[in-house]
Order: sequence, then C-alpha cells, then structure tokens
Amino acid sequence: MKILVCISKTPDTTAKIAFTDNNTKFASEGVQWIINPYDEWYALVRAIEMKEKDPTVQIQLVTVGGADADPIIRKALALGGDEAIRVDAEGQDSFFIASQIAGVAADGGFDLILTGKETIDHNGASIGGMVAELLDMDYVSLAVKLDMEQGKAVVTREIEGGEEICEAVLPLVVSCQKGMAEARIPNMRGIMAARSKPLKVVVPVPAASLTSIQSFELPLAKSGVKLISADHPEELVRLLHEEARII
Amino acid sequence: MSVLIFADQSEGHIRKSTYEALSYGAKVAELTGTVAEAIVLGPVLDSLSGLGKYGITKVHHVPDNGLEHMDARCYTAVIAEAVQQTGADTVIFSNNITGKAVAPRLSARLKAGLVAGAVSLPDLAGGFSVRRSVFSGKAYANVSIITPIRIITLNQNAYGIAESAGTAEVLNMTISSPASRLTFKSTSKVSGKVPLTEAEMVISGGRGLKGPEHWGLVEDLADLLGAATACSRAVADAHWRPHHEHVGQTGLAIAPNLYFAIGISGAIQHLAGVNRSKVIVVVNKDPEAPFFKAADYGIVGDAFEVMPKVIEAVRRLKAN
Ligand SMILES: Cc1cc2nc3c(=O)[nH]c(=O)nc-3n(C[C@H](O)[C@H](O)[C@H](O)COP(=O)(O)OP(=O)(O)OC[C@H]3O[C@@H](n4cnc5c(N)ncnc54)[C@H](O)[C@@H]3O)c2cc1C
Ligand SMILES: Nc1ncnc2c1ncn2[C@@H]1O[C@H](COP(=O)(O)O)[C@@H](O)[C@H]1O
Repeated sequence: MKILVCISKTPDTTAKIAFTDNNTKFASEGVQWIINPYDEWYALVRAIEMKEKDPTVQIQLVTVGGADADPIIRKALALGGDEAIRVDAEGQDSFFIASQIAGVAADGGFDLILTGKETIDHNGASIGGMVAELLDMDYVSLAVKLDMEQGKAVVTREIEGGEEICEAVLPLVVSCQKGMAEARIPNMRGIMAARSKPLKVVVPVPAASLTSIQSFELPLAKSGVKLISADHPEELVRLLHEEARII
Repeated sequence: MSVLIFADQSEGHIRKSTYEALSYGAKVAELTGTVAEAIVLGPVLDSLSGLGKYGITKVHHVPDNGLEHMDARCYTAVIAEAVQQTGADTVIFSNNITGKAVAPRLSARLKAGLVAGAVSLPDLAGGFSVRRSVFSGKAYANVSIITPIRIITLNQNAYGIAESAGTAEVLNMTISSPASRLTFKSTSKVSGKVPLTEAEMVISGGRGLKGPEHWGLVEDLADLLGAATACSRAVADAHWRPHHEHVGQTGLAIAPNLYFAIGISGAIQHLAGVNRSKVIVVVNKDPEAPFFKAADYGIVGDAFEVMPKVIEAVRRLKAN
C-alpha cells in the first residue's frame, strides 16, 4: 500500500503574528517554523503506525514550498516518512497548491492521501477536498480514526454534534485531526536515517490561482478587561445582562 | 446571475448555521443586484417555503434519498449541476463540517475561487474581495476572487440572522447523484446538547477546576443559560472531559457571543480557538493569567468561591 502524506510548514503556535510590506506579507523574521501540527501529529504519525503494522506500506511525503521548507520535510522524514517530494513553488492560493499535490499524486498509484484537518496559518481546510476532486477520488474529512480492513478503509469522522463510521474503497483522500494518533518525537536513529532518505525537488505543473490575497489585518485590540471584585460576583451577572446584554 | 446558498440540514431539519448563511447570501444578492436562491439536498421535514423569511426567493429541493449522508463527492456533483441549471455566479455555504468538505471540491470542479471562513460581506469596490479569518483567529486576510463563479464559506456566528416577512417558491429539482462509494456503518450523536460550534454561549473549564468531579460548576451555569460546555486541551488530555469539548488551536475554533472561561490560563494556543468570541469572561485566581489580557470581564478569585455565587445570581436573574 502506498500512502501520500501532505506536509505543510507553519509558524510555531506561539509565533507573533505581524505583517510587513504594507500589510501584504507575513513578517517571518525570527519566526520558528514547524510542521503543521495536524499534518505531523495525525496524518503522518497515523501513516507511520500503519507502516509499523504492515511493513509493505510505503510513505511518500509531499510539500509545496520553497527551499526553506526542507528542514520541515527532513523532520517529517526523521519521524518515519520513506521519501519526499518538494514542489518548488510558493503558492498562497489553495487551488494552486492542490493542483501541485494532485500533479505529484496523479501517476503515483497512491491508495491513501492524508492531509491535516487544516493549516494553522492559512486555515483553509480546503486542500484535501480539492485534491480529491482533481483526482476524482473519494474524500472523508475530519477523520478521528482510520484503519484498514480487508482492503477497505474504515474511517470514523466528525459530523455536526457527533461521529459517524463509514467504510470507503481505495483510493481515498482523508483529512486528519485529533484522535487519529498519538504525537511522537523523532529519535536519533530517525534523524540520522533521514539524512540519506531521498528528497526530490520538482518544478511546479502549470496551474491557475483562483484567488489572491490583497492584504492582512490584525484584529482591533480589546479595550481592556473590566475587573469585578471577587466579593461581588453578582455584579458580573448584572453587567452581562445590562451592559453587554448577552444574558 | 444569482446567489445560490446551500441550506444544510440534519435529520430533516435546517441547521442554525444555515440561517446565517441564508441571511448573508440574501445580503450578497442585494449588494450584487441579483436574487438569492437556496438548494436543499435529501428529504426534509421543515417547511422550505419558510426560508423566504431570510430573503430567499426560490428553494431548489433535490429530495433524493441517497443524499441523507454527506458524501462530498456526491454532494459536489449535484450542487455543480444545480449551479449550472440556476446560472448562479456566487455559491455560499456555512463553514461547518459539510461546507468544509464540499465547498473545496466544488471550487476545484468549477474552477471557482473559494474564500473559506469568511467573516465579512464582499467588498465590491474594484472586484470581489472578502475578509477571512487566518492565523487561527489572530489575523484577517482580505482575499479577492478572480474567477467568474465565486464560492464563500461563512464562519459560524460571523453574520447575524436577519428575518423579515416572505415566502420562497419551492421547486423540485431532479438531478441524479452519482452512486456513493461510501458505506455508512453507524452514527453517534451527543444528544440533547447544543453543538459547540453553533452555540451562542459557551462555558468552559480548565485545569484550575482540579478534577472532573467539579464540573458541576460549569454544567450548572451552562444549563441555566442554555449554553454549551467546553474545556482546555490540558483537561481533555487528562481525560476529565471528552475530546470533542476541547477548544483551541488543535481543537475546535468557536466564536460564540459569550465565552466564559473558568480556571483556564489563556495560553496562546487556547486563545487561538476562542479569540473571535464577542464577549469573553475570565475567572482565574491568578491576576497575572494571560487570559485577562484577552478578556472583556474578569474576576480575580477562587473559582470554587466565585462560581456558586455567579450561578446563584444567574438563577435569580432567570427567575425574574
Ligand atoms: C502545539 C500546541 C497546541 C496546543 N493546542 C491547544 C489547544 O488547542 N487548546 C488548549 O486549550 N491548549 C492547547 N495547548 C496547550 C496550552 O499551551 C496550555 O498548556 C493549556 O491550554 C493549559 O490548559 P489550562 O489553562 O486548563 O491549564 P493551566 O495552564 O494549568 O492553567 C490553569 C489555570 O487555572 C488557574 N487556577 C488554578 N486554581 C484555580 C482556582 N481555584 N480558581 C480559579 N482559577 C484557578 C490557574 O491560575 C491557571 O491560570 C497547545 C499546546 C501546544 C504546544
Ligand atoms: N503547501 C502545502 N504543501 C503540502 N501540503 C499542504 C500545503 N498546504 C496545505 N497542505 C495540506 O493540506 C491540509 C489543509 O490545508 P489548508 O487547506 O491550507 O487548511 C494541511 O493540513 C496539509 O496537510
């Protein structure tokens, strides 16, 4: 079985969010980059767990990004990917990125394509669905559990207010979230092995962008907290009722 | 030209987030000088002509029984066909689970630009630009769509429901869905509770509550207010509360009118999931807790002393 795991690079969860160039660019100076947590903790680790159960599983990683994504993809290899492809392109538009991933997947013969639930910087939750459509594959989103049973995928997915178990035939695209796997850290052996694992850089396929980012904005700062004495909590209830008018 | 809004339903009932999407879509239609129509898939129990109240002129109903379970591939095929038949140039979804699964597929199929997680009406000055939430609620991006057909998924609680008088014309639409290749085995719902992402008020507890046995403080207040309950990741990881209640960067992102945080420190990853809430109340015994910087109202105090008094005051308020 061949699994393609989509890996993206995001600023660390504690990174300060600011913009430059007239608010058109993320201020990346001094920012620590990480593997998008959903891609690492859930999509990738689940793929590794499946490989541990069935050694014939092959894990290919794909990322769309510039050379600065290489340390991220090396870390993913250290965790347990077998080989990686980086499509050498900076894309801000989801359709463009999805087209690149679909381009890599098109003749790869993948049984499963795993993505994270969403990127924590772009928050599109879009790439998985787009890739599935471009490849005419089934798509199960927001999965919390994924197992193979007799050549079929059994997936538990989140639905509004609950969960649903469904069985899907391969090939299949799955977006992964909490529940799928337990996060792990790379060990020394993995890190050493990752150095010699193949990381292929390919040129992008021609693809359109359907949207373009005009500018970024930071939310208005809160005017400051109104503190209420712990001796009179009922005052809080009065304010929520009379001033904020929400209860 | 028209605006087509996907009216999401669950077990035959239209969802609350749909009313927001309908109201939003009607306003987009007004701004772009066209009409707002809705599409509903699968058997429904609610009156569809009633959607006129939200500014909808026509409801296209595809009553196909094969559409009760959401299969993104089938939904996309049917909606794409409906877009064609109605000549819609703007398609709107709620940015809920169904919208997140279907809108991207539809975008790829129609080569229609998608703005996912919109928080504003489109700005039509010099194009079609929509503001969306990025960096897990810590910033916004203004994104313009540069294709003839445009798709927007609207963040929940980002646009108020607008009701007026009116009835919609209900039309049956026959579009055959491709056969689903998914087999649905079972569905489990957390019954009787407001889904967290749709809730207008959320009461949430953190490690400061010391253990699951003290969650009565959260639940009593939630029950009185008709609010949903949530928790920090630390609490879910300790198995004090179920994982589906965990909010934040790696849990659910919510934007209720009221987020009431008890014994939560307000770590940046927690704030990422709740900072779009309209009013934030924090009860924490540590005056230096970072959450106070993001709060509108706060009490520095011991939750075990403060909360019973808050609950009592709400009970009195509700009794009046
Ligand atoms: C990559 C990453 C992703 C993460 N994602 C998330 C996420 O999605 N959601 C999330 O919540 N966290 C997330 N975290 C964890 C986050 O950093 C915090 O560790 C977590 O939110 C802490 O939970 P807490 O506030 O309940 O606990 P604590 O940090 O232990 O805070 C407890 C608070 O309770 C107060 N307190 C104690 N006793 C009382 C009392 N008697 N009365 C009143 N107050 C009291 C204390 O002053 C303290 O502020 C993530 C972390 C990382 C690294
Ligand atoms: N540049 C990228 N390269 C590879 N995979 C990506 C990229 N961007 C997003 N993805 C994948 O798509 C998922 C959803 O991303 P998004 O639609 O941006 O929220 C992520 O969790 C990744 O698995």
